[in-house]
Formats: sequence, structure tokens, C-alpha cells
Amino acid sequence: MDRPMDLHFTDAQEAFRAEARDWLAAHVPAPRSLPSLDTAEGFEAHRAWEAELAADRWSVVSWPEEYGGRGVGILEWLVFEEEYWRAQAPLRVSQNGVFLLAPTMFEFGSDAQKARFLPPMASATEIWCQGWSEPDAGSDLAGIRSRARRSEAEAGWVLSGQKTWASRGAFAEWCFGLFRTDPDAERHRGLTYFLVDMATPGVTVRPIPQIDGETGFAELFFEDVFVPDDLVLGEVGRGWNVAMATAGSERGLSLRSPARYSRAADRLVDLYAERLAADPARTARSGDAVAQAWMDAEAYRLNTLWTATRVLDGGSVGPEASANKIHWSQTDLAIHRAALDLLGPEAERHGDGVDAPWLDGYLFALAGPIYAGTNEIQRNVVAERMLGLPRG
Amino acid sequence: MHFAFTDQQLEFRDAVRQVLAKECTTDDVRAAYDAPSARTARWTTLADLGVTGLTVPEAHGGFGLGLVDLVPLIEEAGRVVLPEPLTATTGIAAPLLADLESDGPDPRVAGWLAAIASGELTAAVADADRPGAPVAGADGADLLVLVAPGHDGPELHGLEASQCPVAAVPSLDPTRRLGTPEWQPSAATLLASGPVASAVLTRTADRAAVVTGAELLGLADAMVASTAAYAKDRQQFGKPIGSFQAVKHLLAGAQVALEFARPVVYGAAWALDERAADASRAASVAKAYASEAALEAARVSLQVHGAIGYTWECDLHLFLKRSWALAEAWGSAGDHRARLLALLLDGS
Repeated sequence: MDRPMDLHFTDAQEAFRAEARDWLAAHVPAPRSLPSLDTAEGFEAHRAWEAELAADRWSVVSWPEEYGGRGVGILEWLVFEEEYWRAQAPLRVSQNGVFLLAPTMFEFGSDAQKARFLPPMASATEIWCQGWSEPDAGSDLAGIRSRARRSEAEAGWVLSGQKTWASRGAFAEWCFGLFRTDPDAERHRGLTYFLVDMATPGVTVRPIPQIDGETGFAELFFEDVFVPDDLVLGEVGRGWNVAMATAGSERGLSLRSPARYSRAADRLVDLYAERLAADPARTARSGDAVAQAWMDAEAYRLNTLWTATRVLDGGSVGPEASANKIHWSQTDLAIHRAALDLLGPEAERHGDGVDAPWLDGYLFALAGPIYAGTNEIQRNVVAERMLGLPRG
Repeated sequence: MHFAFTDQQLEFRDAVRQVLAKECTTDDVRAAYDAPSARTARWTTLADLGVTGLTVPEAHGGFGLGLVDLVPLIEEAGRVVLPEPLTATTGIAAPLLADLESDGPDPRVAGWLAAIASGELTAAVADADRPGAPVAGADGADLLVLVAPGHDGPELHGLEASQCPVAAVPSLDPTRRLGTPEWQPSAATLLASGPVASAVLTRTADRAAVVTGAELLGLADAMVASTAAYAKDRQQFGKPIGSFQAVKHLLAGAQVALEFARPVVYGAAWALDERAADASRAASVAKAYASEAALEAARVSLQVHGAIGYTWECDLHLFLKRSWALAEAWGSAGDHRARLLALLLDGS
């Protein structure tokens, strides 16, 4: 790797950026003009936006062309994300599929599975949710009890049990879930990763209103739900390994691109400047927190470029993904908390007819240290796998 | 885009690490506490390796390299709490003198640069933002680069030790060799004034923030690693204390802070070498992040060691004291957050 350090994108990458910027400028709806994607109406509006993205091959730029992408690398994907967030384009309703399941499917999926599932995922014709957590298995994911019983006669599996906290579960067409196929095996073994059509008889969805009142996630009930063999992702009994690949994407490079936080941090500085003009004495007290939040976003950007270079040079992302998840979730909170402090008494305004991007963003950020494995679990991973401390 | 060090840079870093592991043990640092001095046999070893002259232009006997090349070596200096002033001499003074040389040849400056490369000169540089404060390394430095107010902004002056008595100022870390120079600016000591001096001082403040940040990275890494080793070894309630979640989470927090401080410091070194438009911003983020990471590593390390960490006998205090001193040097984390915010509001 004897190329000298260089943080400039190449001319070709800058040309790609310009192309993306032009397309987005011509197509992105007005900022925050779509209804919340956690409502039925908003879900469909976001799906339509993703179809528009996909029609011109902007929904999954890093995928191979045969599945709807442009076959570009991770750096180009980061450039695209910078432009996407700069344009204040809508949140990605397809994110569970595109950012979490797809990388796992590229690693573990059969050619038939990839051909069947990736194109409709890219076009948001089929939107995915995640069926992992259960009422009694959250942080202790290996403690899941939902079962898959073998049916040799039908060449498939019969699922039963309950999943919960499935984001987008209220409206999604498909679910990727972990089920116990061998009740006698040790906890982490005997799990299998299934792809489940939510329209299959026996699937019941109960939407759960979130902290903001919208039905962002759902409980999923499985009563004798039949899933054929070709909907097993990876090997039977090896679901834990497949799931850890998904979790690596969730915590590492693919779910939360740095541009999301860089743009929010820039807007925070704008808000600070506005407020400073209006109320200098009160606003100046927030200066330290505003600067810290901006730095946190900048550190995340640089860390991502550092990690992306390592991956392109043949390295991998291991337990660093856990450090990453701690950092981005805390950064999101720091940015939005600082903004609410700047807004002062106006911060609590929310509801009909009130556009409250900072409060909405804060409510979203509050979930960050919880989902994708709580930050406490991530700290255990960092301590045990990066520092070699003994398991408790 | 290729955000990584070259194999050559990493090999040189590893070579320096090996030398310092042997030549700069904690016993050596303790010996330097009792007899702090700037130019030692170890300094000569570093000069012979080409480390002291790394940033000295080739025309003056150095390698003419930049901060990206230097930063990994400064990290190694931090890792062993190197008592000699590598950061001040090679990280701050030599690039400053090279800036002056590129602006117009000056036989004094050329001579000092050559002496840095050959290991015959150590330097101390005053922080222009802290007039009157003791200067780190001033006590015993061969060259003092000092700042005085002028008619057209600050002036830069250079004084050799023989020209400038220094009143030693005791520090919690005696190897800091703080001193108050007793001097009067004169035409004979003047190096630069006006816009040239101002531009060099801004770049110096940025470089000092980054190389001090790099030394803090090395300190933080050493503290986290040695404390993790201690937590694996030390038994309470019949098991290693590192198996308890309360202890794990302290160390994990310090590790995450360190992981994210590294690319920030490296990116700032690159931005300064490139003379990027946002180099000052990057330098402030680097110093703030590295300072916070080292302070967190220090806090956690002392807490996890417990009472033994509070003793003179345990080596930890050598690392704590250097960290606390450097966290405040060339702008604290808070100073740099304020500087960053001003730069952001200014649009630069």
C-alpha cells in the first residue's frame, strides 16, 4: 500500500459526485414535504420516491448493475451519500433491506436468492423488516425462542413464535428473521436465518406506536407459518454467523453514513449563528456543545474514510464496528441535544401543523444507543475483542 | 482518496518503536525526572536514525518530510513518555524555521536547521497565544523561539541559550523543563515581523496542536493498553477485575475515544502538509479530540488501577502527568472548540 496519504477524492469520483448532485437537484422533493414514513400514507410516498431513485439507478449505487446498481465502490457510495444528505433527500424506507439484508445476501445468498430478491429490494417494490428481537430476547439475542420445525414432507420449515420491535414491520412485505431450528443445540448454534413473506398465512402484525405516536415498529406473530427451503439464507443451524454479518453492517460502515451527521452538524452551526444574532448571551453558552457536536460528526467522517481505505486495501471490519456504533449513536444525540438547547422554550413544540425537525431528530436519535445492540453490549464487545478483557 | 500511512512510514515507525522500547524504559523516564536535560545519548540515537531532522529541509541536512511522516514517530515518543523535546524541536521549531527559510535565506536559521538535523540543537517555542506563560523546554534548550508584540502584529525572535537566561519553573512533570526566558527583543534577535510573522505563527499554532495531539495519542494508547493488562491480571472476588462490566465499560469508553481521535489527528497532519484551506479547523479538531481522549484514558487508568495507580512506585503517574500537561499545552480542548466555532461561523 505504498500510495501516499491522500484525502482528496479522485477526478472520476468528483465527476460521479457532480452527476449525483445534478440528478438529486432535479428530483428531490422539497425537504420534509413527505409525510412520516411511519404512517401508511408516508410509507407509500417514500416507496414512490425510492422507485424514482431506482429508475435512474441511484437507489443502490454500490450494487452490481445486474441487480439495479452502478457497480461503484465504497468511496463512491460515500460520495453519493454526501450528496444525498446535502440535498436533504427523504429518509430511506428501504433501509433494512438495502443496508442490512443486502450485504448479508451478497455474502451468504444463493444466485437464485440474489436474482429473486435484490431487484425488487432496489426498486422498493418489496420492503423488508427485521425479525430478531423477542419479548424475552433483546440484548441477549442468542436467547431467542421462536422455533422453526422441520417439515420433510413439504421440503421446508414451519415457524412459530413472536418477534418484536420490527422497524417498518407495520407495512413491510418481507421479513428477515432468526428462528431456532435445533432446540437441543447450544444457544448460538441451532439458529437459522429465514426470509419470510409477510403475506404467508399465519403471520399477524400488531403495530406498536412509538414514542412520537407513529407506528414505526411492530410485533410480529408467527403461527405455523410455512417457509420453503429456498428461503433459508446461509446454512441451516448457522444463522448466528449470518446474523453477525448483518449486525456488522448495522454497526459498521453501511447503515449510517457520515454525511447524515455532517449535514446535521452544519445545520446546527447555522442554527447557532441565527440564535446568536437574536439572543447572544444565552446562545453563547451553547457554543462548546455545538462545537463538540460538529467535531463528533467530523471525527465520524474521518474514521469512516480511514476504515474504508483499510477495507479497500484488503482489511476487514471486526469489533471496530462496535466502537463505530457507539460513536454514531452518541454523535446523533449530541447534535440534536445541542439544537434543542438552542431552541430553548420552543424546543417542546410538536404536533399538528408544527414542523419540528430538531425534536423529531432527537426522538429518532434517542433510539440509537438502543437498537442494533445496545451501547452497553457494544462496550462489552470493545472490551473483550479489542482489549482482550475476559468474558464475565 | 487513500487515507492510510505507507508501508515505509509504518516500517520506520516500527523501527523507532523498537529503539525506544529499549532506550526509553520507565526507569529511564524516572532517571530523567531526577536529572532533566534536553540533549542526551538518546537524543543522539534519534538524530542518528534521522528522526530529529525528519522535517528539516534536505538542503540543511534533513529529510524534508512533512507532518504525515512525523506524526507516527511522535506517537511513539508519547507511548514511552520520551523526556527529550522531539515534539518541540522536530514537530514545531524545525517546520517554523523552514517556513522562515523559504521566505528568505537567513544564515542563523540555516545554521539552526542543520544543527537540529545533526542532533546538536534542541529548541523550545513559545505559544503566541499565551504571552508571559512559562515556555515548555525553555530550561536547557539550545534555541528559544519567542514572540514579542510589534508595530504590525507579533514578531518572532530567535535566541540561543547563551543570549538568554532562563528562570526554571517547576512542573509536576519535571521533564517538561518549563522556564521563563528573561530577554529583551532586539534587532539582532528578530526573525520575522508583520504578515510573514503572523502567517508563520498561525501555521505554527496549527502544527503544534497536531503534533501535541499525536503525542497525546501515544500516551493514551500506552495507558489503555497497560491498564487493560492490569485488569486482566488483578484479581478481586476471585476473578480478574477486567471481567466486571463496570471496569470493562470504563476501558471501552477510553478505547472508543482513542479510536476516533487517531484519524482526526492523521487527517489534520495531512491537511497541514497540503496547506488545505480548512487546515486550522482540522488542527483544532485534532487537538481537542486528542486531549479529550488522553484525559479520559488517564482518568480511567487511574480509576482501574485504584490505589496502586496513585503511588509514585507505579509507572502510571509518568503517563498521567505528561497527559495532563499536554492536554493544556497549545490550547486545551475547550480553547480549540471555541477556536473551531469561530472558524465555522467565519466560514473558513
